[in-house]
Amino acid sequence: MELNSTALSILILAAVAFYLARGRSLTAARQLGGIRHLHSLPVYYGMQAALWCGLPGLILLGAWFAFSGPLINGWVMAGVAEQSATLTGSGYNLTLAKITNVAAGVLPVDSVDPVIAAAAQNMQSLREQGNSFVSYGLVALSLLGLLWGWQLVSPEHRARHGVEKVFQLLLLGCACLAILTTLGIVLSVLFESIQFFETVPISEFVFGSNWSPQTAIRVDQVGSSGAFGAIPLFTGTLLISAVAMVVAVPIGLMSAIYLAEYADRRFRDYAKPSLEILAGIPTVVYGFFAALTVAPFVRDVGSSIGLSVSSESALAAGGVMGIMIIPFISSLADDVITAVPQSLRDGSLAMGATRSETVRRVVIPAALPGIVGGVLLAVSRAIGETMIVVMAAGLAARLTANPLESVTTVTVQMVTLLVGDQEFDSPKTLAAFALGLMLFITTLMLNVVALYVVKKYREQYE
Amino acid sequence: MSNANNSLERVQASLARRYRAERRFVWYGRLAVMFALLFVVILFTDIISKGAGAFRLTYARLDITFDPALIGVNDLSDRAVVAAGDWDSLVKTAARARFDGVSGRKAKRELNALFSSGAGYDLKDLLLENPAWLGQTKSLWLLVDDDIDTYFKSRLDGEAYAARVSERQIDWIDQLVEDGDMELRFNQTFFTRGDSREPEQAGIRGALVGSLFTLLVAFCLSFPIGVGAAVYLEEFAPKSRWTEFIEVNINNLAAVPSIIFGMLGLAVFINFFGVPRSIPLLGGMVLTLMTLPTIIITSRAAIKSVPPSIREAALGMGASRHQVVLHHVLPLALPGMLTGAIIGMAQALGETAPLLMIGMIAFIVDVPTGMMDTATVLPVQIFLWSDSPERAFVEKTSAAIMVLLGFLIVMNMAAVLIRKRLERRW
Repeated sequence: MELNSTALSILILAAVAFYLARGRSLTAARQLGGIRHLHSLPVYYGMQAALWCGLPGLILLGAWFAFSGPLINGWVMAGVAEQSATLTGSGYNLTLAKITNVAAGVLPVDSVDPVIAAAAQNMQSLREQGNSFVSYGLVALSLLGLLWGWQLVSPEHRARHGVEKVFQLLLLGCACLAILTTLGIVLSVLFESIQFFETVPISEFVFGSNWSPQTAIRVDQVGSSGAFGAIPLFTGTLLISAVAMVVAVPIGLMSAIYLAEYADRRFRDYAKPSLEILAGIPTVVYGFFAALTVAPFVRDVGSSIGLSVSSESALAAGGVMGIMIIPFISSLADDVITAVPQSLRDGSLAMGATRSETVRRVVIPAALPGIVGGVLLAVSRAIGETMIVVMAAGLAARLTANPLESVTTVTVQMVTLLVGDQEFDSPKTLAAFALGLMLFITTLMLNVVALYVVKKYREQYE
Repeated sequence: MSNANNSLERVQASLARRYRAERRFVWYGRLAVMFALLFVVILFTDIISKGAGAFRLTYARLDITFDPALIGVNDLSDRAVVAAGDWDSLVKTAARARFDGVSGRKAKRELNALFSSGAGYDLKDLLLENPAWLGQTKSLWLLVDDDIDTYFKSRLDGEAYAARVSERQIDWIDQLVEDGDMELRFNQTFFTRGDSREPEQAGIRGALVGSLFTLLVAFCLSFPIGVGAAVYLEEFAPKSRWTEFIEVNINNLAAVPSIIFGMLGLAVFINFFGVPRSIPLLGGMVLTLMTLPTIIITSRAAIKSVPPSIREAALGMGASRHQVVLHHVLPLALPGMLTGAIIGMAQALGETAPLLMIGMIAFIVDVPTGMMDTATVLPVQIFLWSDSPERAFVEKTSAAIMVLLGFLIVMNMAAVLIRKRLERRW
């Protein structure tokens, strides 16, 4: 039986269970003289039976769907390893891929050696047997659940409590998905990074200044080892982020101050949503704009005043990224500035200060923690931004602080290393995960600090 | 006395300077706002001016004779024969008949290069729709090659870009234009076809459908899960370390770079669970994880805005806490939650980086028909086209961006409308 139809039959059984159990509770109520003699509403008896019937089956089915692949692969490969002891490292994945292809009918059976053909057949039969065993077993389990749910119906039975408990658990599960996601991120980047650091020492990765990740196809080829010193990537990322901040912080902050302190209501009502448009534009659009309009413009302006500017200059990519971040900073700054109590402003104005003096000497210092938090969040945004730099920044790793030259960033390298078909356990692909780990740690620290600062600040004026 | 006078004088002496500083400060603020707004205008004009041309394509009219001997097809019902037919020769023969005196290999090649390499297949499709045409001569509009298209459009704008067309081709184009046989027509191809290596035949249909499937998956997963998590945290969660840990996690995930979610998808979904690459189902799952924090945070705000008196009244009438949530809080908070979900989906629609990681960047010609078909999405299509060297793709890219921005504007307007229409002020 197909897994889809199994799921469908379990759902149908659950619906049947709902109607049967509800009907039974209604009959019981009629005999006693009304629904009020039942502990719970008839719907809850129905729900309880449906949950007993459907939930275990669906959960187990989902687990089988998710884990049957790795499980069957493991069994099959264990069988193969018994017959030929030569499978190690990348040979493992290669053999597995071969077996999968033969089993799927992509490769003809007679083109591979008999061990693999037998393993493929083994895989095929394991899959079929497993699927049919699981399908019939789960349908039987659901039938049992249906019976159990049906016989539970009695006027004294507290159906509502059970149902509510199950739903509460489901809601808790939804909330815990956030933790699972974080865990998944940490584990996925950590495992591959550890593998990477086995071939390339961590000190070379963090402190090395030469980045050229191409690895050779043959072992004896020149330059086969590749160089994984990530310093040029870090400096490139910092350079572009710094350019972005130079654009975004003054403009974002000043427009927030103007809109919060000076602009009249009508202007503010139009200007704020218009600024927010910048935040809603997809980054790929900014990337296109940076690569095709801003970069040539910057280059032409540079050459007209006698400077040699790269056509993938950090200035163009960083500048456009800064513009993308303006609304981010301005809305965060706006929040914290409006949160400063009016009494502080009134006090300063009453002492004879002008409005700008009030803003500079009173409002900004009072709002400073919040602003700093916002800027930190913006920095983390800039470091992790991908599409703009992929499209408008360079690929060559260069150690420079000149924004007119082309530099590359961590995210650019992650994309170039991982896009396309690559062997999964070469240091080249693993390097991308090590970069991902660095990126995750950096942004995580920035975020934690920033969120803490902002939270503390909010509490101060609440 | 003299002391007070003294400070008054000092204040008055500094007033002019202080007022100047004040005016300067206001102007900095104005300039900052103006700069940001100016940039919105520049961005939109740039994209629109680059992309507007892509909605029209150049077509040329030729008298096509569907000669069965020429294409080698007598029976249109035989698929194998139809597929093997020499359809290009229809265009070539018709073009040679249109312009006399074309001789020599080079001239012939240039003449054939006037028309799109897909023109023959278009004729095949036309003939299959109208089988009676076999053996007849029809006057038909054919797609021209992208270089000719670029030249013709730039010529209409007054600045002919002739770098990729030859003198002879320009002569032919002049003849066609004189006879009224070359004109711009609405570019249907752009909305009805998938990707192609030939700019004139490339369309966004495949990417649009891929985006639709991906968003569908993302919405179906992230809305219920997000609302569930928000309800739990707002209504049921005890004040404990665990709850606090969940909240910290959600807030952090909202600020994790999107590319990291792509790595998660690659390592966990593809490599561990063995989900196939490049399919909308996988893209939807990755985008779900990415948008969940946004949806949870906005849904929590919506639930928080429902006044406690509603809950107390329902509890007072004997409802259980679950009944209060299900019958009262959720219906009242729904508009706010939907707004949040739509904004989350708009964010997911524009997201590119994580989808690159999970292989949705493949070159795919066919329009996907399901969740398990390999597909690409609109922003990735934009990225792919922007990387292509052909000049005509710049126009296509901008047009695709316009379509994407159009969808985003519609989604955001919908969010605003829902909020205005349905949200209650307490």
